[in-house]
Amino acid sequence: MSGTIEKVSIIISQGSLEGIYPGLIMANGARAEGIEANVFFTFFGLDAISRKRHEHIKVASVGNPGLHLATIVGGLPGMPGLLTAYMEGKMGKLDIPPIPEFIEMIADTGAGIYGCQASCDLFGLTKDDLIDQVTGIITVGEFYSLAAGGQIIFT
Amino acid sequence: MPDVTYDGQTVSVNDEGFFTDSAAWTEQMAPQIAKAEGIDHLTGRHWQVIRFMRHEYQAKGTGPTVRVLGKTSGVPVKELYQLFPKGPAKVAAKIAGIPKPRGCI
Repeated sequence: MSGTIEKVSIIISQGSLEGIYPGLIMANGARAEGIEANVFFTFFGLDAISRKRHEHIKVASVGNPGLHLATIVGGLPGMPGLLTAYMEGKMGKLDIPPIPEFIEMIADTGAGIYGCQASCDLFGLTKDDLIDQVTGIITVGEFYSLAAGGQIIFT
Repeated sequence: MPDVTYDGQTVSVNDEGFFTDSAAWTEQMAPQIAKAEGIDHLTGRHWQVIRFMRHEYQAKGTGPTVRVLGKTSGVPVKELYQLFPKGPAKVAAKIAGIPKPRGCI
């Protein structure tokens, strides 16, 4: 094995539970290896760092073939909450932290947590709407400057 | 597998520098391993983590991840990264003479 990864910049662009966790695990895992990490939340991924929404992230119960559930069943009232509770139960048993706690931990590892400027403009969000761990709201150009010299992972 | 000398004793380590036999480790070796990892001086807080790593490894057969360390070692995550900037669980395991902890969280 030759070469090492020194820095990763991870983009989280989705607002579902299964859309958010992989990027968080990648970021946390990078820091555990001593790799510098930045996490950039864009579009519905912003829900993960939104004060109002970060405790209410749900599994996508429709349009999610991985669930092997008939669309009409996934669309029943209460289904997203039920599936989310089931998934969170399983994750809790494996000691995978809930999203708010996980992001707090990732910030404590020294990773940068950023919101996307264009998405914040789109949804009418300011820094006050985002959790305390957010380092800043940055433009795509600033993101590329931060990411320079490292790897970019889009999720 | 390469051999290295710590505290005048030859021990074998794997390609990443982790001890292949944790029983070969002594506390006197730790400062030298730490120095090679960029930690010039082991403080009491470093030792708290190092001893906890060994204790957990001996009890469970695997070293704790950063999350477990943060919750149970008495040293919070933020401080763990100040003590071991290159990865607390990984570097502390190396200094403690135990295998690299496996685990994704």
